Formats: sequence, C-alpha cells, structure tokens
Amino acid sequence: MNSLLLLIPLAILLGMLGLAAFLWALRSGQFDDLDGAAQRVLLDEEGTRPKTPGRKP
Amino acid sequence: MSATAAAIAMPAPGTAAGAEPRCAHCDAPLAAAQARFCCHGCEAAAGLVAGMGLAAFYARRLAFAPGALRPASAAEDVEAFVRPDGAGRAALELHVEGLDCGACAWLVETALARDPAMRRARANLSTRRLVLEWEGEAARGQEFADLLASLGFRVAPFDPALAGDGQARREAELLRAMAVSGFAAANVMLLSVSVWSGHAGSMGPATREMLHWVSALIALPAIAFAGIPFFRSAARALAAGRTNMDVPISIGVTLAAGMSLWETLHGRDHAFFDSAVTLLFFLLVGRYLDLRARGRARRAAQHVVSLAARAVRVVLPDGRVETRRPQAVQAGDVVLVASGERVPVDGVVARGETRLDQSIVTGESMPVAVAPGAGAFAGSVNLGPAIELRTRAAGEGTLLAEIARLMEAAERGQGRFVALADRVARLYAPVVHVAGALTFLLWFVVLDAPAHQALLNAAAVLIITCPCALALAVPVVQVVASARLMRSGILMKSATALERLAAIDMVALDKTGTLTQGRPVLVSSPGAEELLLAASMAQASRHPLSIALAAAAPGARLAEGVAERPGEGLALASAEGEVRLGNRAFCGVAGEPVAGVDELELWLARPGRKAVRFGFRDELREDAAEAIAALRDRGLELVLLSGDRPAVVEMVAARVGIAAREGGLRPGDKLRRLEELAARGRRVLMAGDGINDAPALAAAHASISPSSAADIARNAADFVFQGARLGAVAEAIDVARAARRLAGQNLLLALAYNLLAVPLAVAGHVTPLVAAVAMSSSSLVVIANALRLSRGRTGP
Repeated sequence: MNSLLLLIPLAILLGMLGLAAFLWALRSGQFDDLDGAAQRVLLDEEGTRPKTPGRKP
Repeated sequence: MSATAAAIAMPAPGTAAGAEPRCAHCDAPLAAAQARFCCHGCEAAAGLVAGMGLAAFYARRLAFAPGALRPASAAEDVEAFVRPDGAGRAALELHVEGLDCGACAWLVETALARDPAMRRARANLSTRRLVLEWEGEAARGQEFADLLASLGFRVAPFDPALAGDGQARREAELLRAMAVSGFAAANVMLLSVSVWSGHAGSMGPATREMLHWVSALIALPAIAFAGIPFFRSAARALAAGRTNMDVPISIGVTLAAGMSLWETLHGRDHAFFDSAVTLLFFLLVGRYLDLRARGRARRAAQHVVSLAARAVRVVLPDGRVETRRPQAVQAGDVVLVASGERVPVDGVVARGETRLDQSIVTGESMPVAVAPGAGAFAGSVNLGPAIELRTRAAGEGTLLAEIARLMEAAERGQGRFVALADRVARLYAPVVHVAGALTFLLWFVVLDAPAHQALLNAAAVLIITCPCALALAVPVVQVVASARLMRSGILMKSATALERLAAIDMVALDKTGTLTQGRPVLVSSPGAEELLLAASMAQASRHPLSIALAAAAPGARLAEGVAERPGEGLALASAEGEVRLGNRAFCGVAGEPVAGVDELELWLARPGRKAVRFGFRDELREDAAEAIAALRDRGLELVLLSGDRPAVVEMVAARVGIAAREGGLRPGDKLRRLEELAARGRRVLMAGDGINDAPALAAAHASISPSSAADIARNAADFVFQGARLGAVAEAIDVARAARRLAGQNLLLALAYNLLAVPLAVAGHVTPLVAAVAMSSSSLVVIANALRLSRGRTGP
C-alpha cells in the first residue's frame, strides 16, 4: 500500500514526460512532413549537407 | 559537355534481353537510336547533377514515374510571387511536381543550398511544397525556379495566403487532444484494471478510493481539454436548434465524468472515468483520420490547380511588359497571350488576329477565328500568333460572371443534402434521452428505489449508449474509402460526396475533354520518317499541335536550330534548304482546309518534295467505350450533353454507344436539363470538365471532373480523377456503393450493440468493467468491418 504512494505518482510522471515530449514534437513541426521524414531517414546524413558551401551551382 | 561524347560513343543498348533501355535521367523508355538519354534536356540535366557532385541521386532515388523528370528549358514566371521582407531577404513558396522520393528532396535542397545566398531550402514531401529563403534581390527567385526546371522538376508558384484555410491548425488541435486523451486513457485504464481485479480480490476500500481519486485527477482535466472539439460542435448545433452526433457524445462524457466524481466523493464502488476518456480517445482517432484524409484530398486538388496557374503578362501603356499574378490584373489592362498559351482573362482582342481553341469554354471542338473587337474567354488556347487582349471588367457581361451566377442559383436550388450520420443522429439523440428519462421514472416511481440509485441507472443508460461505435461507423468507412480512391488517383473533395455518389441512377457526360481527351491527338500521318522529322522540330514549340506531334513520336530528339515563326509554324535550316512545319500557307499548299472535317492539320514541307499533311483530332479517351459499357453494366442510364455541334456529338455518341445525346447546349441549357431530370426524381452524376459544365456540376446530385478540367469545373465537382482513364468514374461508383453497404452494416452493428447493452443498463447491471468492454469491442468491430473496403475490390 505504501509503495503505491510512490509508484503511482512516479508512473504518472513518466507518462506526463512522454506526453510533454509528444506535444513538444508537435509544436516544433516534426509532424508536418511525415512522408518526408520516412524517406529522408534512408539517406546518408553526410550527403544531405553541402560539402562545399560557397560554390555556385 | 563530356557526357554528350560518352553518350554518343556508347553502343546502342537494347541488345540485352529483358531490360528495356531507359533514359539515365528521367527513366523514360528509349527509342532504338538513342544511347543513354531521351532528349537534350535530360542529358543537360544529368550533366548539371554530375557537375554539382550530386550524381549519387540516381542511385538513391527509389520509386518514381518514368518520364516525370523530363526537364524544361525554363520555369513558369515566379517573380510575381516572391515575397521580399524589406530587410534584404526574400522568400518564395513553390509547388514542385516530381518531388516523389527522399532522393528528389535531397537533390532539390542540396542543389539550391549550394548558392551562398540561400538561407533556407526545405522540401515537404507530404505537401510537395518547397520553401525558399535567400538574401539578396527578389529577382533571383526566377533563377532558382529555372534551376529546378532544368533538373526536370515542374514548379509552380504558390501563394501561402490563399491556402491558409486553417486545416493545419485544426489537425494540430485534434492531434493534441488525441495525445492528451490517449495518455489519460492508458493511465486511467491501468488504474481501473487494478480496481476491477480488486473487486474480485482483497482490495480495501481505502486503496480503491485512492485509485478513484488519482483517476479523477488524470481524467477530469483530460476530458475538459480533449472534449473541447465535441463540446464546441455540440453547442453550435444546439444554438442552431439542431442536434448532431456530438450532442449525445458531450452529454454522455460529461455525465460519466460527473457521476464518477460523485461516486468518488461518496466513496462508492464504481467510477466510469476510464469509459469517458477511452471514448474520447477512440472518437478523436476517428476524427483525426477523417480530417487528415479529407485534407490530403483537398491539398492534392489544390496542387493540381496551382500547377495550372500562370503569371499573366501585362503590356503597360509605355510598351513595357510586366508579369503579374492573375489576381492582380485589373479591368482595362492589356494582356499579352503568346502562341500556344491559355487566355488568362476574359477580354476583347485589342491587337492581332488568331484562332482560339475554345473547347474548354464552350465544348466546341473546332477553333474559332478572332480579330480585334472580338471577345475572348479565359481558358481558351491561342492556336495562332500572339494577340493582345483588353481585360473586361468583372460583371461587364463576362462569361465567367454569367457562369458564376448560374452556379450560385444551382447551389441554392439544390436541397441541402443531409449526411447519413447526421440523419441517424437526429433520431438517435432524442430516443436515447427519452430512454434515460424512462429508466429514471421506472426506478424512482415504479420500483420505488432511492433517488440517487434511479439517477445512477439513468446515467448508466446514457453512458452506455454514448454513440462511440455509431459516431465511428460512418467516418471510418469514409476514411478507408477516400484512401482507396486516392490510391486510384480519384480525389474526394466533399464529405457527403460518397453517399450522394452511391445513390445515383443516371450519368450525364460532357463530350469535349471528358469522353475525349480534350486536346488534339495525331490521327493521320504520312509516314514514320516524316513523323520523326516533324516531331523533332515540334519539340521546340509549346503549341498544342506541336505537343501532340512530339507525343506521337516519343523517340524523336530535338532538332538543332529550329526557329518559331509566330502564327505560321516552325522552320529548320538543313543542308538542302529550309524545312517547314506549319499551316497551309506557310508550307505553300493551295486551298482551304476541307470544311466539315472535324480535324486540325499541320503540313510538313521539305525542299524539293511535295508537302505532306498531319491530321489531328480530339480523340476519344482510350478506354471511353469500355468505361461507358461498364457504367451501363451497373444499371445506370446514360446521356451525353455537349456544347459542340450536334453532328460531332452524334458521331461521338455513336462510337461509344450512347443513345441519348444532345448537342449545341449552352451552359444554362445543361443546367436546365439536369434540373428537369432532378424534377423527375432522377439522381444524376454529372461528369464534365469545361467552364460551361460548371453550373451543371454544381446542380447535379454528384459530380466528377478530370484533373485536366478548367479550375472552375474542378472546384465545382465533388470528385476529381487523375490520369487518362475514364474508367475511374465506374470505379468511384463501385467504391461509393461498397462504402454505403459497409456504412449500413456498421450502423446495424452499432445498433445491435445498443440493443444488447441498454437492457443491461436499465436493469442496473452495467459496471465500469462491462461498459469498458462493450464500448471498446463495439468500436473495434466497426473499424475492422470498415477496413474490409481497403482490401482490393469489393465488387460492384
């Protein structure tokens, strides 16, 4: 019974952390382009940044 | 370019068995004579990509449509859409066609980010939009758009202000509510499971009370937040004197929460917090998916529209030419319409003589000659030399104003269609509330129970009948059906369109652009050699007949040194002399085009040889006859309504086998025909693409347009189908009918659940456990049943 007094708030706190993380992700636009995110992950990160900034196309 | 030499030195592929030779850039099939690239544009684009060190693009891209990346020399005029911020920065948003895979986004972003002035280049694959921000002059926007065009991406400027319809905001609101209710549902359910198992075991009243209080602490704020979309909609409905599904939902959820709080306060056994939050969670999932599916369809339709939007070239009084957005053109402005371009505004010809293809405006398939003083309608295509038009004021008897007036009248005349779910809700809400009241009376008056017990049982009835399955029954089917239609390239624009389409018993078809392809197609050619030569010249021009020629010989490579003579044709300097491709006079052919023949023509004159003729006609869609037969098989009556000359209509109708036809109809006539049919109790599906079809599309019971249709027609239609197949109409009807069947089944399932649960509740046997199991299982059954629609064909 006493353990519940600790465990229940702890469980809820962890759940709240997850919820807060989701709401933050939503606010920061991470759900704006779900298709793009799914495809970009397949590309090598190093290649997605221009290596030689300053060169004109 | 070194790539050219390599390409020519390579042996012609095609000897290897199996693999068809394909263009190294755009993946279109290659003709026998071509080595690696299908055209100069692709070769240049591949050179450009390799030059930037981005050749990895070709290895990285996954699935994309062959030929989609065929480059253009320059992009549409985007300058008018650049938004300078006044502090040395400028921003531009573009729709990018061909942005289909991660590698494409990578190529676009990386290629643009190479420019030192570029601050932000971000492609969104879901919406196919590209946001650019750079430092420096606004005029550089055109440079960036041209770079994309030369890589093979078709771009169109896009005005974010026009698309700001709150869709994204509503989606985010629902997603937030869903997250909160999901969190609450999971946690409260965990606590509830302990309480339920405690009933059977040894849980003491103090522990149970504490768990109830924790549940209340989580559930009440979550309900207050996540229930807002439902409460708002219910309040709006009640204020308007109606009820909708959200009224019983709001009452059920509020009652469940209030009663549970009361129970908790008095330290009793049962609290329904879990039912209330899971209910909200399920409903929000349904709402979110529904909104997203419809948003997707609308975005896709918008995308098609914006690709057709072009900047307008306005001739200023001092003779300079300025490009403006279509909305910025005012009455009296003189607009330049080049050869092969679409007329952007209604106007009067101020200078120049030409022939206009007005088929999308009036349905008439033969071009009309216009001279100064003659009217020209927006949407027509200029087949001859460039002309200047003086823009007419809106309301000055323009065709568009007339069409808009007819459409408004048609929409007013059409009785407001009430969606199935709303019709059910109108019956359901009063029945449920009466049942709750009767339960109270039964316990309080007849059985003489204490007031709080009678109230509890009455509340249990309202909670258990809270229409979770019922509220999901129709939307889930809608979501699944619209996703299925989208896979077939059919976009559903209105929420009730599916139900209306399922009810139709007759189809009215337009001819030009609906039964036919709406653009000229080569129908007679003198020979393969001549065709190849003509097509290689035609690649240099954007004239509709040139495009038709080039399409007829996809293997042709652009000939070097083609000059366009506006209003006459194309000329190519060769060793023997000038080769000409153009009209009769330009090619030295005597006589007038044979009257009555429903054909356009081009002549090819080579030095020392007799000129030869290419004939073009607006051909039937490839599967037109098949699609018409499919519609008839579904028991639908067919009628052809066209603005074209009766003789042509007669011929087309005979070829596809439609008995009922009418030609020479004006926009108002089509509308009247549909109204007559509706008055006789017929439910008509109108399929049309022209500006003249728009009022009829608005008036019909349901309507469908090809994506090649005029803007106004696409906007009026309930469905827009992409691609060249007319079979999409029959497919849409099949899906709509299957969806109606499934929605009916779902409603029956939901009703059966209520018939089982309500007696239990009235008898006072509904515990939170029973409520949770019954509600979740009925929702899952309904969803599973709807998902059957996404599995292949469900039959007609």
